[in-house]
Amino acid sequence: MSILVGLGTRLVVQGITGREGEFHTRASIVYGTTVVAGTRPGKGGQFAIDGTVPIFDTVAAAVREAGANTSVIYIPAAGAPDAILEAVEAGIKTIVCITEGIPALDMIPVVEAVRRADARLIGPNCPGVTSPGQAKVGIIPASIHKPCRAGVVSRSGTLTYEAVQAMTDAGIGQSTCVGIGGDPIIGTTFLDVLKLFRDDPDTDAIVMIGEIGGSAEEEAAAFAAEHLRGVPMAAFIAGRTAPPGRRMGHAGAIISGGLGTAAEKIAALEAAGIRVADSPTQLPRLLLEAGYRP
Amino acid sequence: MKIQEADAKSLMLAQGLPVPAWEVARTPQEVRAAAERFLAAGAGRVVVKAQVLVGGRGKAGGVKLAGTPAEAEEVGSRIIGMDIKGITVRKVLVAAAAEIVKEYYLGAILDRVSRRIVLMASAEGGVEIEEVARQNPEAIHRVAADPQLGLLAFQARGLGLAIGLRDPVLNPFVAIARGLYATMTANDADLVEVNPLAVVAESGPDGKVRQRLVCLDAKITLDDSGLARHRNHEALRDLDEEDPADARARDLGINFIHLEGTIGCMVNGAGLAMTTMDLVKHYGGEPANFLDVGGGARHETVRDAMELILADPNVKAILVNIFGGITRGDEVAAGLIEARAKQARAVPMVVRIVGTNAAEAARLLREANLETAASLDEAAEKAVALAKGASR
Repeated sequence: MSILVGLGTRLVVQGITGREGEFHTRASIVYGTTVVAGTRPGKGGQFAIDGTVPIFDTVAAAVREAGANTSVIYIPAAGAPDAILEAVEAGIKTIVCITEGIPALDMIPVVEAVRRADARLIGPNCPGVTSPGQAKVGIIPASIHKPCRAGVVSRSGTLTYEAVQAMTDAGIGQSTCVGIGGDPIIGTTFLDVLKLFRDDPDTDAIVMIGEIGGSAEEEAAAFAAEHLRGVPMAAFIAGRTAPPGRRMGHAGAIISGGLGTAAEKIAALEAAGIRVADSPTQLPRLLLEAGYRP
Repeated sequence: MKIQEADAKSLMLAQGLPVPAWEVARTPQEVRAAAERFLAAGAGRVVVKAQVLVGGRGKAGGVKLAGTPAEAEEVGSRIIGMDIKGITVRKVLVAAAAEIVKEYYLGAILDRVSRRIVLMASAEGGVEIEEVARQNPEAIHRVAADPQLGLLAFQARGLGLAIGLRDPVLNPFVAIARGLYATMTANDADLVEVNPLAVVAESGPDGKVRQRLVCLDAKITLDDSGLARHRNHEALRDLDEEDPADARARDLGINFIHLEGTIGCMVNGAGLAMTTMDLVKHYGGEPANFLDVGGGARHETVRDAMELILADPNVKAILVNIFGGITRGDEVAAGLIEARAKQARAVPMVVRIVGTNAAEAARLLREANLETAASLDEAAEKAVALAKGASR
């Protein structure tokens, strides 16, 4: 079954004619994802991706005429919040926003609108979601995956690829890999994804990849201690050597006022019984030691 | 991006907040002249405050009072040029010293958990809020602004009442709290802080003493992602306090932070870049920088990044770690080889490239005789060994 995206996904790509949008849509299609539509206002009626994907002027039209139920957004930061709201208004319930560099305050009313519509937003500033063997929504490279029953949730992009590759190399396949994004204000948190994995009959183990900044890892650890006892888990936290007060690439990766350090997060995870790897390559071993049998 | 107190005060003033007049001085003579003006206008004393972006300047001796122009000049000569946490003070703020009756704290922050702007207030003003949070967390009161309507008057009033404010300063507090919120949204700030927000006693022209609520300090952090839509904000960047390498990286569009170690790192992706630094440390080395070349980096970017790393004389070894998704390994390899051919000093390098076009990258690296590694751990270990070998 997997979570968020799967065989039932009917994807609309917002910004399908842009460089990123087109490149990654091709990869999604090659992976087997059902891409039913793209949007590009003013080009409705035309086709993208070598004439295979119909373009609509609006997300509403893509929902109405192509039956889209999931959206992915490759629109620059200035237009991305509006694109999310358009998808919400059109009734899309799973929205994945890849866009990086959206001013954080822009996201406050947007996540509220998503919440009120009972929709789910992944990102922004995230690599997307892949359910191996079923659907790939976003920019996570297809080659690193192997379908199986370990869920992965991460704030990062390439670091996730590193961890997933190590898992695949060790024979540990994935149910779904979710990149939740590196911004301070994101639609879906670690906690939300842990709940989805807990309720997913096809996920038996969880790998969590966090980083400095905020307290989302601590909240996830508290939830895991209470609700995920018996589920094999392993974690990695990036930024042990990050200097305080500096934004480490991701807008959300900053230690401020002495809070949000890697040490605090590692302590919280270990207190919840989750082992934390010193290197992402150790994650498969820790998962096996936690009792997971792929 | 952090900005100086004087600039933060300008942004607050623009939103109608009560900020007493100030002047910025760069020499003791300018401090004296500013002090003369404030004293002539009726101030009993002036305050001279170092303008630096690091906290704790008061404890470091960067904030002093003066009662005469001569004393102000003398105080100014001590503060200008002093070192506060590694930063040389180049300018000071001069203002009339207020007659403080009571100090409060008021701040607006971007709260990740509630995903709202949260206003925080405390009756324990004038001390670091982090300290209050540790020692006496109940003393901090919070209210989350409505995500669509903003900070409502009744919310601000509740906050004011919670910290013990009553007539005649309660309504002014409501206006100040909403002004802080407005300052935040108007400037794409992720932090706007007034500490202290003070009740001060002021003598009016009729000789009567009145109490008034004023913003005596100002701290603002701007969201880097919002800078592009505020054309005036780039001028607020204090280049004096920025590491020149960081400034150069910004011009090149490379995510770079200069650090104190000996191993230069070049990585694609912020999380992986942090992890690479962590592994360098784990294997006994110290990273010289954080560097994310970004997704889909071309060989020119790689060449520029290499120049940035090599410009640091402390760098004894370089570690390149690329996990190609949209970034093509062969592009990176070509950029490395190009940079290698031009580099002024011989610094050992270990390269690890996996993912997209890794085989082609491996061929290029082999032909150029560059040291390679298969895994991230191996690469970090090798880089640490190379740095140690080079420094012997």
